[in-house]
Amino acid sequence: MAYSEKLLDHFKNPKNVGTLDKTDQNVGTGLVGAPECGDVMRLQIQVDAEGIIEDAKFKTFGCGSAIASSSLATEWLKGKSIDEALAIDNMAIVEELALPPVKIHCSVLAEDAIKQAVNDYKTKNA
Amino acid sequence: MSDKRLIYLDNNATTPTDPRVVDAMLPFFHNVPGNAASRNHPFGWAAEEAVDYARDQIAKLLDVDNREIIFTSGATESDNLALKGVFEMYKRKGNHIITLKTEHKAVLDSCKKIEKMGGEVTYLDVDDKGMINLAELEAAIKKETILISVMWANNETGVIQPMKEIGDICAKHGVLFMSDATQAVGKIKTHPKELGIHLMAFTSHKMYGPKGVGALFVNRKNPRVKVTSQMDGGGHERGMRSGTLNVPGIVGFGMAAEIARKEMDADAARLSVLRDKLEQAFIDNLEEVYVNGDPAHRMPHVCNISFKHVEGEGLMMTFNQEVGVSSGSACTSASLEPSYVLIAYGLGDDLAHSSIRFSLGRFTTEQDIDETIALVSKGVNHMRDLSPIWEMYKEGVDLDAVQWTEH
Repeated sequence: MAYSEKLLDHFKNPKNVGTLDKTDQNVGTGLVGAPECGDVMRLQIQVDAEGIIEDAKFKTFGCGSAIASSSLATEWLKGKSIDEALAIDNMAIVEELALPPVKIHCSVLAEDAIKQAVNDYKTKNA
Repeated sequence: MSDKRLIYLDNNATTPTDPRVVDAMLPFFHNVPGNAASRNHPFGWAAEEAVDYARDQIAKLLDVDNREIIFTSGATESDNLALKGVFEMYKRKGNHIITLKTEHKAVLDSCKKIEKMGGEVTYLDVDDKGMINLAELEAAIKKETILISVMWANNETGVIQPMKEIGDICAKHGVLFMSDATQAVGKIKTHPKELGIHLMAFTSHKMYGPKGVGALFVNRKNPRVKVTSQMDGGGHERGMRSGTLNVPGIVGFGMAAEIARKEMDADAARLSVLRDKLEQAFIDNLEEVYVNGDPAHRMPHVCNISFKHVEGEGLMMTFNQEVGVSSGSACTSASLEPSYVLIAYGLGDDLAHSSIRFSLGRFTTEQDIDETIALVSKGVNHMRDLSPIWEMYKEGVDLDAVQWTEH
């Protein structure tokens, strides 16, 4: 199974790996997946006063496609409003990384992580 | 593949064909073109003579009579022939077969088919080291039991079952004993008659011979075992397996057997040192490393190891431009299920997803092992830097208490 250049680049040189302070009022955290299923994704956003995502970080336990999907998601999130973030569709990730059919669940996981992170931020700031 | 030197540590998947084997095969593609079943001209005689010679070479490796070797297309076909062939031949005597949950799919799926054909199959558990429980085996035998099928060495972990003890139990109860010995033949001593094995499946391409040719040992005396053919036609191979013999393949298989007989002890001694070096380096260099399978009953060239909190396929992607190995991770299979063998050993799904199998071979060098240690250790550290569960583990979070979202 040959992977796309973009996927391999995100895997080898992942963008925005790291951890934000999850107790910070401006940070939303999404943690999805399970070790038993072979992938766990943690995606975090830091939102400024205007509701714009100024930083995004991830850590992922999983295959190359899961790591690349979350790396790409953090890139896309930066600079977006939280509503724009919610509009990110998993199929856009599939297309960008040319994920094979057996790896589509990795993009679904990334979309779920984004939604959970935004919801966590919204709950904190409701 | 590029010109860059690649390190091959997936010898349990298949071995490279030994150049001496290739040399032995070459004349039989063009110079000796005959069909071994053509009895009326020198072309056929030459082919038959070559096949007989190879049959002797293989029989000598197993210390059996050459008439007890039935050529097939490989171990999968041999497993099918042994299991289904015995079931059909002995069904008046009984319909019950006993095997292990950790067998190769060629055995398990043949057993599933036999269940559909009216057979009953008991799939025994193994312990956390992968070993059979002999008391459970004996307790599972009933008057309808016709066959016990236990693999000699496991393909994923290299775990070796106590073949002599199983053979004794089979003899005591008058049950036939079959073994899928694909991973053992040509690597360690495999003399079926000494251990009471009546049928034994194996293949050429796991012992430095060509792909596409295998064999089934079928015991001829005390007891005389027969199997119903699964491939009908010209009645080749004593009526047990029809089909024109793959003469070049069989010649190569024979040569591979002769080389194995002479060199396997030295290969095993050398490879076990390299395997132990590899395994110990991971244990010394990295935290949370778990060796899978009983270290006291294991093939000398296999290391199956879990790097906790790292997913196997992702890990392989960090070094698969340089080193070829296999993983028990679900992500390497279309089914998304992790290795059923490791699950049967009682590993959690998380550790099964984190497993890598390194299988060394005759052409593995110490330099290969040194480079692999460096590349894999670097990969594990890279993946752990990326892993949220490694971070949580380091922070002292009880991962079993976390509410994960299954998907």
